[in-house]
Amino acid sequence: MNRTPDAPAWEELVTSALLGTDRRTPPGGDPAREAPVALLDAAAVETVRRRAGLRPARAADRPEPAPEDARPALPSAAARRLALLLADRAGGTGGGRRGTAPDLMELLPQWLTTANAHGYAAPPQMLPALLDAARGRTDLRPAALRFAGPRAVWLARLNPDWRFALRATPGGGTALPGPEDQERVQRLWQEGLFAERVALLAAIRAREPAAARELLATTWATERAEDRLMFLDSLRTGLGPSDEPFLEQALADRSRNVRATAAELLSALPGSALAGRMAVRAGACVAVDRTQDTPTITVEAPHECDPSMERDGVVPKAPAGRGERSWWLGQLVEAAPLGTWPARLGGRTPAEIVALPVADDWQAELHAAWCRAAVRQRDAGWARALLGTPSAPEAGGPGAVSLAERAKLLGTLDAAERAEWVAGFIARHGLSEAFQLLGVCAVPWAAPLGRAVVDALNIARDAGSYPWSFSGVMGLAERCLDPSEASRLDGLLAVPDESEDASPGAGGYWAEAFQRLVTTLRLRAAMIEELGSAQVNG
Amino acid sequence: MTQQGVRWSAEQVLALAPDAASRKAGGKLGAAGPWSEAGSTEEGTVWGLCKGSGSKPYQTVVDIADASGPAYKCSCPSRKFPCKHALGLLLLWAGGDGAVPQGQPPDWAEEWMEGRKKRAEQKRAEGGSGSSSGSADPEAARRRAERRAEKVTAGATELEQRLADLLRGGLAGAEQAGYGLWEETAARMVDAQASGLAARVRELGAIPSSGPGWPVRLLEECALLHLLDQGWLHRERLPEELAATVRSRIGLPASPEGPPIRDHWLVLAQYDTADTRLTTRRIWLHGADSTHTALLLSYGAAGRAPELALPVGLTLEAEVSPYPGAGQLRASLGERFAAPAPTAIRPPGLTTAQAAARYGEALRDDPWLDSVPVTLERVIPTPDGESWQLADADADTALPLTPSARSRPGLWKLVALSGGGPVKVFGECGHRGFTPLAAWPQGPGEAVQLC
Repeated sequence: MNRTPDAPAWEELVTSALLGTDRRTPPGGDPAREAPVALLDAAAVETVRRRAGLRPARAADRPEPAPEDARPALPSAAARRLALLLADRAGGTGGGRRGTAPDLMELLPQWLTTANAHGYAAPPQMLPALLDAARGRTDLRPAALRFAGPRAVWLARLNPDWRFALRATPGGGTALPGPEDQERVQRLWQEGLFAERVALLAAIRAREPAAARELLATTWATERAEDRLMFLDSLRTGLGPSDEPFLEQALADRSRNVRATAAELLSALPGSALAGRMAVRAGACVAVDRTQDTPTITVEAPHECDPSMERDGVVPKAPAGRGERSWWLGQLVEAAPLGTWPARLGGRTPAEIVALPVADDWQAELHAAWCRAAVRQRDAGWARALLGTPSAPEAGGPGAVSLAERAKLLGTLDAAERAEWVAGFIARHGLSEAFQLLGVCAVPWAAPLGRAVVDALNIARDAGSYPWSFSGVMGLAERCLDPSEASRLDGLLAVPDESEDASPGAGGYWAEAFQRLVTTLRLRAAMIEELGSAQVNG
Repeated sequence: MTQQGVRWSAEQVLALAPDAASRKAGGKLGAAGPWSEAGSTEEGTVWGLCKGSGSKPYQTVVDIADASGPAYKCSCPSRKFPCKHALGLLLLWAGGDGAVPQGQPPDWAEEWMEGRKKRAEQKRAEGGSGSSSGSADPEAARRRAERRAEKVTAGATELEQRLADLLRGGLAGAEQAGYGLWEETAARMVDAQASGLAARVRELGAIPSSGPGWPVRLLEECALLHLLDQGWLHRERLPEELAATVRSRIGLPASPEGPPIRDHWLVLAQYDTADTRLTTRRIWLHGADSTHTALLLSYGAAGRAPELALPVGLTLEAEVSPYPGAGQLRASLGERFAAPAPTAIRPPGLTTAQAAARYGEALRDDPWLDSVPVTLERVIPTPDGESWQLADADADTALPLTPSARSRPGLWKLVALSGGGPVKVFGECGHRGFTPLAAWPQGPGEAVQLC
């Protein structure tokens, strides 16, 4: 390069400086000055010159622009709220006392659900905080990623910390071809990675169930057993009668797990041949004995598990501690369509059938099998019958024997009926066993259910116990009570006079807990208001 | 004066916290639970009763309408200012969920407000009538200044000797010397009352362990330190403006001078840096009419937030007085005429080539500048191997980001805001690269704080 003779190169100055002027004379120095001073003079000039002469770098390849997000922008008040919810990240409650401040992090899922229902787009500058929140909480991911939208997936490709977003989003790596693009579909199905093929099958299944099954059938014979099982699971979505021939054939699959899954799926199709066969077998085991004073159900469990039963998915070997015959009976009743029992048992309704006594202590086994069948077949009528009246004493109640079973049965009812049943249960039995049942009720809770919970909490307070005995229900109430109930709770905020037999200081703690409840309800009301006045079901 | 109060964001409220403990405690009080009788006026007064450990709740009032900054009053015994109750009350009000409705102030809040108005009027009257009080003894002040200058000269001369010794023996020896040598030299600069020299010397100690290429950086900093020493020792021969810059760099105190600039100042960015002794807050302002850029500095003891806090993204009508010195952007905030207000003002932007040239030109006035404030127009954050750059959307040039900017959360906010499209970015542009501090989306939208 071209430079004047007395201008030393920067590299030479650095070398002289590194070695020291005692060992290496700097180039182009002023003879009149000491060597180190002359070096510093020259270095100062060069430093300023180099800095002044800095030019921009050559631009690297710019990133592909993020996909357009057509959703409307979040209202500014809601955006401020979201910033507060995301900032409250370190909220770890310590010890028994939770104070009166709401737990903001617990409200984020609800906020996201409401924002998604309105179809808002996330403010782009909040995407990093959203992705960080979703990274730390797997339960948040579906709602957070849906709210974050396509730009979040774009962003996740640039930052390894957010790689989970690519896995969680179907087609996170590459865009899936549409079902109309047959050539690309076939190529991806034939050549893609396993995860890509699962995503493709699920996407097509969601849109055209028959097309997904036909695609699977084209390569079924050459798939590995583990992959066959995963693909079969995709057919759970959009299951319908046209799937029966494929599933019936899968009953003869080499893999036991594939056979079992096929049988399970077929039993969820009441019109399928397998369901018909199961109905015949189960019907042969259960009958009504009219010779008694009261009509009584009699059970004759199968004496063997023959090869045709095994082919239809009945597992022959019973778990340890289980009788073989009752094990087989349970599977048959569970797989038989519930719609066949009224005709088999004298034209009775499900409620009447469930009310019938069962001979020889078979009631628990039979009713438990019917419970599982009602859940699997999503039969609300049978679920209602098996649940019985909520106010019935638990010990003498018909049907469901455990809270877990009741929670599952409730899941088959519609939201209003669920809420009504649980409200009745709480009114009769209190809160000690209500947590699991409350978990299946729709949010926000219906007014009668909310009132039942609040009344029960009030009764617990009057009984003189401490609020943290009910922290689970209290937490649910904070998140699930309808915010409009806040005004009805104002009377609970005062610290009551302590009765002699109350636990010490309990009144103050209860007032604190109720204050937190009311504060949270008002906060949730504000959140809903900021996102739009229309109330949406969460 | 009555002015529509602008609701603050949570970040703006928390920036007022004197320390981290207050920030956390205030955050816990930012919910409706402990508060009662909370209310606010349109003019910007916020009040509430906060339940405490005693039987009587604390009475808390905040006046955010005061043009000179928020004022607080609380009956709690805390010596922190603002206390956690004031912070909690402001957070509650910033939340905007109806917990602080508009209404008539209670008597105890009104009394305090009236008292403040009276005291402000008295102060204005006294300020007007009293003559400006200069130094009681100008001769003594001149002698003190001369003595300090002599100390600084002795310190600078000694530092020159040490730099020459270092270069005579070679920088390679500096790697083994460690921090001790530089700490001792820095302490002697403190003794010489040359805090600017001390700070630069302290930084020399960190360079040998700063990774590849450290000899280049060490020589650069030694050379600039030498230049500063020579500037001081020959300051009589310098133009007045440059001499003022040298005095400022040495660490001598200065006062703002010249007529104050009254403008609508857009608060571009606010961020803190901390060392073991001091927390320094930098606030960048842009004058909407004057197009002047100003830097406000505020200091707090280690671990405490500096006193001055301005709402980023809003506009402040105020007077700003520049400090003397060529290339100096530092200024002092004077009288404020109105509460901060939202604005659609955006500073005009440059290309990356123009920004680099801007830094080059600024070095003529102040050779010790590390960076200049710059707004880039239509740039796209672009990954470049392990680092990032801001690439012109309409040209083929880019500015690399400073290494420290790459590890900050603000980078990802900027990338997310851009989404691969062009944005406007304000930041500091210098020889180490560009540090983004604020950004605006391509379409309409508020400034996004990145620091």
